[in-house]
Amino acid sequence: MRLTMIGLTLSASLPVHAQDRPVLDVYTYDSFVAEWGPGPALEQAFEAQCACDLRFTAIGDGAAMLARLRLEGARTKADVVVGLDTALMAEAGATGLFAPSGIGNVDWALPVDWTDDTFVPYDWGWFAFVHDRDFDPPASFRDLAQSDASILIQDPRSSTPGLGLLLWVKAAYGDEAPDIWEGLADNIVTVTKGWSEAYGLFLEGEADMVLSYSTSPAYHLIAEGDDSRAAAAFDEGHYLQVEIAAALAGSDRPDLARDFLRFLTTDAAQGVLPTTNWMYPAVMPEQGLPDGFASLPKPDRTLEIPAEDVPAIRDQALQEWLSALAR
Amino acid sequence: MAVRPRPLTVAGVAVAGIVFLLVAGTIAAVAVRADGGAGLRPSDLAAIRFTLWQAVLSAILSVGLAVPVARALARRRFAGRRLLVTLLGAPFILPVIVAVLGLLMVFGRGGWINAAGTGMGLPPVSIYGPWGVVLAHVFFNLPLAVRLILQGWLAVPSERFRLAASLGLGPWATFRLIELPILRGIVPGAALIVFLVCTTSFAVALALGGGPRATTIELAIYQAFRFDFDLGRAALLALVQLAVTVAAATLALTVALPDTLGGGLDRHVARWDLARRWPDGIRIGLAALFLLLPLAALILRGVPNLAGLDTSAWLAAMRSVVTAMGATVLTLCAALPVAVAMQRLRWGRVVEGLASLAIAASPLVVGTGLFILIFPLVDPALMALPVTALVNAAMALPFAIRAIGPQVAQTEARYGPLADSLGLTGAARLRLLILPRLCRPLGFAAGLTAALSMGDLGVVALFADGRSETLPLHLYRLMGAYRMDDAAGAAVLLLALSLGAFWALDRGGRVDAGA
Repeated sequence: MRLTMIGLTLSASLPVHAQDRPVLDVYTYDSFVAEWGPGPALEQAFEAQCACDLRFTAIGDGAAMLARLRLEGARTKADVVVGLDTALMAEAGATGLFAPSGIGNVDWALPVDWTDDTFVPYDWGWFAFVHDRDFDPPASFRDLAQSDASILIQDPRSSTPGLGLLLWVKAAYGDEAPDIWEGLADNIVTVTKGWSEAYGLFLEGEADMVLSYSTSPAYHLIAEGDDSRAAAAFDEGHYLQVEIAAALAGSDRPDLARDFLRFLTTDAAQGVLPTTNWMYPAVMPEQGLPDGFASLPKPDRTLEIPAEDVPAIRDQALQEWLSALAR
Repeated sequence: MAVRPRPLTVAGVAVAGIVFLLVAGTIAAVAVRADGGAGLRPSDLAAIRFTLWQAVLSAILSVGLAVPVARALARRRFAGRRLLVTLLGAPFILPVIVAVLGLLMVFGRGGWINAAGTGMGLPPVSIYGPWGVVLAHVFFNLPLAVRLILQGWLAVPSERFRLAASLGLGPWATFRLIELPILRGIVPGAALIVFLVCTTSFAVALALGGGPRATTIELAIYQAFRFDFDLGRAALLALVQLAVTVAAATLALTVALPDTLGGGLDRHVARWDLARRWPDGIRIGLAALFLLLPLAALILRGVPNLAGLDTSAWLAAMRSVVTAMGATVLTLCAALPVAVAMQRLRWGRVVEGLASLAIAASPLVVGTGLFILIFPLVDPALMALPVTALVNAAMALPFAIRAIGPQVAQTEARYGPLADSLGLTGAARLRLLILPRLCRPLGFAAGLTAALSMGDLGVVALFADGRSETLPLHLYRLMGAYRMDDAAGAAVLLLALSLGAFWALDRGGRVDAGA
């Protein structure tokens, strides 16, 4: 079929000049490889020092990527994955697909200690509710539940921030989490499949607040020159998401894979991430944080559930969430 | 009845077999890769109940509202009618996320209707909840139902209305004697199609349903994949979805009755029973308002951002056009033999059912199954566009055969015996008898497939990397990176491409407008 052949040609227009250099295959999520994401800059910087051809493959989001790796198993062509997170770490580790990173002695700029020797943090953020600056936000989940503020959230079954919120409420309230959810039920305008839908609806004025990251206002400020958005600081503290990378145990270029992981912790990568991935850098680059980041709220407490406890707590929290909101 | 096998009939049966293999094979591929025991949970049963409830209501409402609108459109001729009919089809072909945004710009809490209501001192109206899901599904599917029913109406031979007029039949008698039999033939099929489209709904149901109460089977499958990585349960849920569908299809097709009245000379449909104009005008006007306001909102939002689209958006658009062309050719090549085989074989209903299966299949399971099958052989990213075209073609096939099938049946019923007695068989029969009568539905089927494929964000998301992204995927990625303005621009481009393709192909099929 000629049309199909045209399609094949279009999809297969790989760079020809790079054929003689070793190829490093990196799986990552969609927004990482877009031309406005960190991908292009990282590719250029790493290729300048590695004498290799770095190839990104974009796959949905972190959870979709992990599912894809499990489907592909040991035969995967991936050498490195970039874009799993602390909520997926235990599950990812249990697959046995990943190799030790060989990275130690890094001066992490994380709000928690980092000791894992397989997964390498490259950026991080706090989940937070984003609102218009002229809206007076509640100061906690309890305040929110008692107020008539409207919120947009994402489904934990299909979205990373949605799962983050589930763990946030659980980490803050433990056994009282179901009560909090019942109190929040009448504040929730709707639950969307992913972050994009919820954030899009928020920007169209469908609710007072949307679940996103505390760094979201920095995007509007730096990229759009718009200071009308803010993130609400909650008294309970904010749940932490650390985004991580890892080398595949089955990689046929283990040295190159480890080089790339190490590269991710250097200034060349860390200086790019805040204004392309809109998260905090995992290692403070020499030039510090971009200007707009200073105005972001800094939570007093960072909440986190230890990675190994996440799978069990997650399933329980999901059941509580479903039964509280299904009423 | 076939005396000996004919090439088209054989091809039709083969197409049905291929679609069945695609659907069953992908479920099997997923099930085989499953590690442990699969079982349904109580929450899955709730998802099945909700899926059925909203799909049945959406189908009844969509078709119930479509009948008066299609009747009004079939009876009236006015300036801009053709453009209106094309535009009315737009909601169906938009990526859901875009259509939902458009819908909410009008009906949402911050939308036009609430803004107008607040201006008049009315309390705000909330669209979110189970009825929001149904409203959105009617928004998506009313246009499709109108088009399918309109096809049937336009196929009524003009002679019947002429005869009715000369017999002095009133509007009610004309409806009962001429139009009702047509409706009985076409309404169950149209309702079935809407029902099927709604059974695999996921993002719409969730966004407008207001929360986990609006969990559909497709969302349960999604959860099984990415939350639990329980492939066995995903495959089982996909089977449940299929079973529900087959049961519904059997019911709907049993109710459908073929139209057995005499044939005509393909004259333009003219009506003599048109007393008052305003009721038809109101029906068309209301449908147009409901369907076009959200489009207008999207266009107003997106047009200023069109100029800002960069090369990657245009490249993605080009890939989408090529993929849509591939899917359209595939669908047409598949739909004609299926429609002929449906008519000629005693078990034509089985052929029809098998060929329609893809619409009831979970896109996630089909995509994952294909991925499991293809991954050991080729780099999936290389296959992204061909696989997307193939799956789009399979998904569009049910619409195409619903559009073509009734016309083939009528043609064979009315002219078949004459053609047989003349010994008109094979290619000559196809060229002289069947194809000329199929121009209109073939054009419609081609336009629908192209438009559907252009807006589809199903399997491509599982296969594509940066080098094979289509326009809907590009749009979704823009939204995922805060770039809502660029995304709004891309949405207008997508809308223009889809409608353009639909209009061009559908118009190509309307060469018979005069006579």
